[in-house]
Amino acid sequence: MSIELMWQYFLSPEFIQGAWMTLLITLCSLLCGVVLGLVLALLQEAPFRTGKGLAFFYLWLFRGTPVLFQIIFVYNVLPGFGLRFSAFTCAVLALSLNEGAYMAEILRSGLQAVKSGQRTAGMALGMTNGQIMRKIVLPQAARIVLPPMGNQMISMLKSSALVSVIAVQELLLVANQTASASFRYFEALCAAGIYYLLLTTLFMIFQSWLESALDPKQRRSKSQKRLTRLFKLPKTAREAP
Amino acid sequence: MSQKPLLEMIGIDKTFGRQTVLKNCSLELQRGETVVLIGPSGSGKSTLLRCVNMLSPADSGDVFFANQHISRGEVPAHQLRQRIGMVFQNYELFSHLTAAENIMLAPMTVLGMNRIDARKLADKLLAKVRINERADHFPDELSGGQQQRVAIARALAMKPELMLYDEPTSALDPEMIREVLEVMAELSAEGMTSMVVTHEMGFARRAANKILFMEEGEIIDRANTDDFFAGNVSERAQRFLTQILH
Repeated sequence: MSIELMWQYFLSPEFIQGAWMTLLITLCSLLCGVVLGLVLALLQEAPFRTGKGLAFFYLWLFRGTPVLFQIIFVYNVLPGFGLRFSAFTCAVLALSLNEGAYMAEILRSGLQAVKSGQRTAGMALGMTNGQIMRKIVLPQAARIVLPPMGNQMISMLKSSALVSVIAVQELLLVANQTASASFRYFEALCAAGIYYLLLTTLFMIFQSWLESALDPKQRRSKSQKRLTRLFKLPKTAREAP
Repeated sequence: MSQKPLLEMIGIDKTFGRQTVLKNCSLELQRGETVVLIGPSGSGKSTLLRCVNMLSPADSGDVFFANQHISRGEVPAHQLRQRIGMVFQNYELFSHLTAAENIMLAPMTVLGMNRIDARKLADKLLAKVRINERADHFPDELSGGQQQRVAIARALAMKPELMLYDEPTSALDPEMIREVLEVMAELSAEGMTSMVVTHEMGFARRAANKILFMEEGEIIDRANTDDFFAGNVSERAQRFLTQILH
């Protein structure tokens, strides 16, 4: 065991590159997953049957098979249909498709948690469905879905390790390759582990920041501070000669 | 009166599934008038109110609003609702917005008003409902009576031609009922055309021009306020009245 070697690995360009790749895959998949999830959640809420059916089929398919299976499937089967993507694209595609199914359920629960009276009140004011969605339902749902979304973010970071099976040079694959070349498993894996913990810590900080940013009461105290500053300004201007 | 009514409902029918909720309801409301709908719960008062702004459109019958036939979707529902304010039993203030923001939302999103003008409007309306010192409070920091007054201000922000009140004081503690009714009566006195579902007979006596009594989906009695309180009503209405006045 050598702590020094671990740090060497930790700071090596391969590991930094690998951690960057892990982060990139995670962020891209999360972003696509949220968008996809929102579309699916809205489809489930849609008044027409085809929407509900489509969303149900999607959830059935992507929650019903292992994500590892989906990654391998996208990488190995799609080229047979003439769909050729880089390993990175395949990784993001598979993870996004899978994430979308889970996000859809989280977002749906958030949308349903907004009481129907809130929508009715928006309707009574003459707002269109789109306006009600954007100005009333989504802002309220966003706060409700944040904690489970945080869970998903962290779980996605870890799921990204699975794409090492399709030879994407992400953190775990780099660590594993390094280790098998030098037989220094402890050092290589610890270096990767520290990166994972660092990234999850960042995600957790981001989540709690987002939670307080979306808390309307926090927002008010900030805007009040801004206001008092504004009111103070003319005073100092008066005092100046 | 020869003047065309602001609101005219003719032969409104409505069923939910197999249950008939409105049977051949007709009413007229002139500009500046206030009508109070009373009757036992489940008699269709709220549904009739919701037929006006198409939150729950009538199955058959005709509704004219400001000389326009509206009950067959001639006017897009959201455009119609911009001209008709509504106040709910449970206030339904937007919980993520402050009192002032609740009022500013519709003028800004629907009418495209800028934030500064909308804030001025909100402050003016909050002063009107006597709650301006709470402009930057969130709904859950306000009492029920205060929330309902903000809800009235929110409806007024769209400068409606007609106000619908759906049991506005039913969820309130007795001491808060007065402050809400006070505001409503003032608005009526200023000439705001209003349709009010309520059991508050004191308010009816003070603010209403006419009173309709509904039972099982039918308007079974209608009278001018003075006649009504002089006792010139059907026996059934009289019985209901003694019950709620008790």
